[in-house]
Amino acid sequence: MKKDKVFWATVAPLAAVLSALLLVSIILSLQGANPIEIFQVMISYGFDPRNLVSELNQTVAYYLAGVAAAIGFKMLLFNIGIDGQYRMGAFFGAVVGAAVSLPPVLHVLLIVITAMLAGGLWASIAGYLKVRRGVSEVISNIMLNFIAAAIIAFLLGEDLLGILPEGSQNVQTRPIPLSGQLPTFKMFNGEVYSFLFVAILVGVAYWIMLNKTVFGFNLRATGLSFRAARSSGVNAPGMIFVTTVLSGAIAGLVGLGTLLSDTYSYSMAFPSGFAFTGLSLALLGRNHPVGIFFAAFLWSFLERSAPVLEYEGVPPEIVIVMQGTIVLAIVIAYEVVARINLRQQQRAVGRVNVELVSDKEVK
Amino acid sequence: MATDTKKEVKPAGKVKTFFKSPARITIFIAVIFFVLALVESLTGSTDISSPGTSGATLRFAIPLLMAGLGGLWAERAGVINIGLEGMMIVGTWTAAWFGYQHGPLMGFVAAAIFGLASGFFHAILTVKIGIDQAVSGLAINLIAAGGARYLSGVFFPPVGGDRTVSPPVDAFPTFTIPIIAPILEKIDAQDIFFISNLAGILHGLTKDLSLVTVALLLLVPLTSWILWRSKFGLRMRFSGENPVAAESLGINVYRIRYIAISISGMLASLGGAYLALVASSVYREGQTAGRGFIGLATVIFGNWKPSGVFAGSILFGFTDALRVRQSESVMSLILVAGIIAMLLSIYYSISRKWKPGAISAALALVAWWIHQRVDVIPQEFVTVFPNFATLIVLTFLAQRLTPPAMAGMPYRRGSE
Repeated sequence: MKKDKVFWATVAPLAAVLSALLLVSIILSLQGANPIEIFQVMISYGFDPRNLVSELNQTVAYYLAGVAAAIGFKMLLFNIGIDGQYRMGAFFGAVVGAAVSLPPVLHVLLIVITAMLAGGLWASIAGYLKVRRGVSEVISNIMLNFIAAAIIAFLLGEDLLGILPEGSQNVQTRPIPLSGQLPTFKMFNGEVYSFLFVAILVGVAYWIMLNKTVFGFNLRATGLSFRAARSSGVNAPGMIFVTTVLSGAIAGLVGLGTLLSDTYSYSMAFPSGFAFTGLSLALLGRNHPVGIFFAAFLWSFLERSAPVLEYEGVPPEIVIVMQGTIVLAIVIAYEVVARINLRQQQRAVGRVNVELVSDKEVK
Repeated sequence: MATDTKKEVKPAGKVKTFFKSPARITIFIAVIFFVLALVESLTGSTDISSPGTSGATLRFAIPLLMAGLGGLWAERAGVINIGLEGMMIVGTWTAAWFGYQHGPLMGFVAAAIFGLASGFFHAILTVKIGIDQAVSGLAINLIAAGGARYLSGVFFPPVGGDRTVSPPVDAFPTFTIPIIAPILEKIDAQDIFFISNLAGILHGLTKDLSLVTVALLLLVPLTSWILWRSKFGLRMRFSGENPVAAESLGINVYRIRYIAISISGMLASLGGAYLALVASSVYREGQTAGRGFIGLATVIFGNWKPSGVFAGSILFGFTDALRVRQSESVMSLILVAGIIAMLLSIYYSISRKWKPGAISAALALVAWWIHQRVDVIPQEFVTVFPNFATLIVLTFLAQRLTPPAMAGMPYRRGSE
């Protein structure tokens, strides 16, 4: 059984990626391009040391989004609000970080805690609505994403929290002073965010929390069966609320790698779309911290090596189609495998029943 | 099974019965217009009741309406369609491309066909294979957005378009209703209190109409008729409320859902086609701008009823129109809302309903305070008004909403 699980956990994602590659190859051939050549160009560009560094930095953000989504998934929660939570976290982290002056380590710590609080508090709205009002977290989070973007766009106004640096068109928050910045370290001739270690730490903590603590046990139990958990004494609605907030707190960290080691201020140029990316990565990595890492790397690899397609006459957005196909393929694969397993189990139970009945008849 | 999240349906409250009677709705709308006229004559700004605003409202409302009806079809059959946004993108792109090639009418036909196909795709994924409905919808959004951008890059530059913009498509002919529209225009110019304001609004709705607008508006009564008067509609609602029981009575739930979700995709796609062919004359990247999600919001706002979806999309289309036109009119609108809240609180107090009375009174005070203290409502907040309003409705009126009981729940034939 265990062996079976490991087998499917590796084969299913690979099959999904391969089927997406196949589909993209067909599309590219229709366009008149040579898919093999295109993939070769992408790989050689993507594994160029300089690009590897930017991929690794992107992986940090995607990984955190993936872990945030995975925490929700363990509770059967579909946290599509990661986008808004990440924005809240990065924005308020930037604002608070710029407003205070503290000794170096404390300063960074304050920014990190602020970001987690902001993300968690924003997620708590959806958690409250889910637990107290029975509102589907999917709908409330979609609405909250739009509202978060609007609130931040408003607060970024020049007479409020934003400034317009000279020679720039982008309004941004005040820059975080040196004591609040995180250094980068050299790798492949490039600058890698040291926030990478925080991401790794989050991954390890996620695994320990889930598998080695009572809280994690209760969380998984509630996710598997709300009723069973509740009747065995777990405060199941409370668990749903806490999990939502926890997922939001991790989502609040998503933008910090860029904020602390690259831009030092929040602007509207911060990308969006982390919600669906995070959910995709959690699905692709089967909610496992290591699996999510590989998925996150694959995603940033695809994204960072896409621009080179321009020179081959292929619009780089083909990569987005590929990502969407991978997600669909992986979900379909899991569904089919689950159904096969269920059927085998039912058959096995049926056989045992038949044997029991025939044993009785013999006696 | 996750049946424990199923909502209990509570008996309808007093407010609902108030809005149920057509005569009372008419009175209510008349009161709204009366207050509007009063405010406009007091503040001197006439933009809200100008024909331009009502015309723009209609143009902005139709795409939301189509997305909303699409969401309604899918959810009434028991499947949530988060892919509405992606299906709208399918509509904008195919309408522009085929419209450019063969004229705008063919653009619409193509959008309908491809929309139907995209809905069918969602149906295969959620009904046949049975994957999570939210994952399927979001993946469709992603693939449609990426696919449209990819195809634009391949197809549009050679024919004089851009990587993000299609070449312009011929416009649909528009017509002005004869006799009525000129009369309304004259009355509007007369500046009579109340009557001129009303005429201004109606004038905007009767001039420069596109035939497409009228045709798409007819889909509201049609949907209503199908859902509540036809055999198919009964079966469709049954599949959304209780698929197991429906199946036990011999209804083919899978087939009903296939049809309903395909039509859902077609409607959303037509909304996209309207954006590309009637509201503008090109496909532009990001043209849908989250309208699919607002369509999803109108379904909730309209309590899963075609007329409610219509009212919701008019309201949200109106805020969209105001955002584009000018933000001062938002201020007079807040005054209107405040006065109406005050009238409501008086009404409630007379009929001794203290709680809603107090809430409306508080709302009136808030509106008054905003009107006194704030100069201009930031555009960002006007933009997200639909999202905010939906969240408020979900928070405070969740008990009054009657969604299809099993919408969004996985269902397998033969399983409990």
